[in-house]
Amino acid sequence: MAQPLERQQAKPHLAEEWVGKVYTLLCIAFLILTIFSLVYFVASKGLSTFFVNGVNVIDLLTGLKWAPEGEPRLFGALPFIFGSFSTSLLAAAIAAPLGFCASVFMVEIAPKFGRQYLQPVIELLAGIPSVVYGFVGLSVIVPFFRDVFPGQGVGIAAGSVVLSIMILPTITTIATDALAALPKGLKEGSYALGATRWQTIYRIVLPTTLPALMTGIVLGIARAFGEALAVQMVIGNAPHIPRSLFESASTLTSAITLSMGNTAMGTVANNALWSLALILMLMTFVFVFIVRWLERRSKI
Amino acid sequence: MSAKTANKIATSVIVAVSGLIVLVLAGLLGYILVRGLGHLSFDFLTSAPETIRRGGGIGPQLFNSVFLLFLTMIITIPLGLGAGIYMSEYAPANKVTNGIRLIVEVLSSVPSIIVGLFGLLVLVNLFGFGFSLFAGALALTVFNLPLMVRITEQGLRSVPREQKEASLALGLSKWKTITSVMLPISMPVILTGTILAAGRVFGEAAALLFTAGMSSPRLDFTDWNPFSPFSPLNPFRPAETLAVHIWKINSEGLAPDAKEIAAGASAVLVITVLAFNFSARWLGRYLYRKFTAIK
Repeated sequence: MAQPLERQQAKPHLAEEWVGKVYTLLCIAFLILTIFSLVYFVASKGLSTFFVNGVNVIDLLTGLKWAPEGEPRLFGALPFIFGSFSTSLLAAAIAAPLGFCASVFMVEIAPKFGRQYLQPVIELLAGIPSVVYGFVGLSVIVPFFRDVFPGQGVGIAAGSVVLSIMILPTITTIATDALAALPKGLKEGSYALGATRWQTIYRIVLPTTLPALMTGIVLGIARAFGEALAVQMVIGNAPHIPRSLFESASTLTSAITLSMGNTAMGTVANNALWSLALILMLMTFVFVFIVRWLERRSKI
Repeated sequence: MSAKTANKIATSVIVAVSGLIVLVLAGLLGYILVRGLGHLSFDFLTSAPETIRRGGGIGPQLFNSVFLLFLTMIITIPLGLGAGIYMSEYAPANKVTNGIRLIVEVLSSVPSIIVGLFGLLVLVNLFGFGFSLFAGALALTVFNLPLMVRITEQGLRSVPREQKEASLALGLSKWKTITSVMLPISMPVILTGTILAAGRVFGEAAALLFTAGMSSPRLDFTDWNPFSPFSPLNPFRPAETLAVHIWKINSEGLAPDAKEIAAGASAVLVITVLAFNFSARWLGRYLYRKFTAIK
């Protein structure tokens, strides 16, 4: 009697298993299809500037003047590339020491207070929408810079200050995790030898966690590099390389945000913007690979 | 300088910097709330915006944001759960799986403006959805999927191995084990992550500029037929969300009280995100206590 019963039950089980397998496989297939079509469409649009409209790649990457409607049409994207790199690197330069100090405070100096108050607040910071950062930058940081420094207040300095606050949570969270994951024996050994806390941090903790700290910084730079609206609101949007940090400038993202709606699909001016998007996307890939390389190093 | 002096100096610098960060954060939140709360009123939250006169509200934008969040989560959650389950339970440990992992990582770091451009090209133009809520929801799904996959994977990995094996040993199929044993156990983690992801969606603007559009038709809040062009529920109408509205009035606002509107709208956004954060924390703790009987 037991045999047929078992056979009867085996069938719905198998069907159930198939449903699950096929459903999850479809989901992951959709994800893969999405990323491939994203790369394909952005690349084909971005490359058509060079292959269809005949713009020289070198001219685009090194040209200083961006005049897509001018006579002659000029597509020099160097000011945008320069703007993107300078704002995101400067933002990381501001945020990295702050983030490192905060994580040392949370792990080494005051773990209880840090974990209970500082960490939730910093995580909260990560959730604040970027337009809100842009708005605060526009109504606090830009007027402050305008009063203190010569110029209009907008520019790379304002952009990097806003970005540095935005990427602080990324850098701090990763640094905190790295410091907390350090084997206790390392630090205790150092203390047992009579080293002070700062000597231990400086000579033991910092060198051992350096790859992980770098991972956080690179992720922060990647986020700053791709951030669009907050930067666009405070940078001024002048399409040339500024002579000072307090002079109006542009980034890749701000140029795309501002002009994409004003150009018709398929024109050279529009395709050139897609080339900027392609540069942005390729830089994202570079950042991902740097992070992967760093993660492999921090495992050893 | 002796080692002890150096230690004292370094410690005080670190404490001072941490204090500075707390001050900056408190100042930031305080500034947004203090400046914005004064402008909040029932009228501001419900009335339609004005283009050149003062006194405009954010009613339609607020509705659009909530509705878009709802649409996005309806599409994202089943897809993200499925993909996450595949990655954590079904995927064999080989090079293909590693490749998929890399792809998910790449997708999660693609800037949101690129996702928006992709949406403009494929959803708005190629598929012909036009500037619409539906196109916006799909773009946000692309933007949010990797996060959802990671959350699901994390949740499933937190399930004790014994519990999974006990279920399999009782003769349940793998799929049944996942849906009736593992998913309920990992619910606190997944739910907390999902709420935080929803907060991110609520404040996203760059991906929506070119997909959901920067304008909102005059909505008729008495017409709830989803196929009528002026109905708020029609998913194929353009919809400017709250975050996009803040950006727009800051860059090209003509109303004399644009700054106050931006401040009020920012306060609404931040309060919503705070609410998402606190409810995620509270719910996570509550469910954890309920499921594990740990005080």
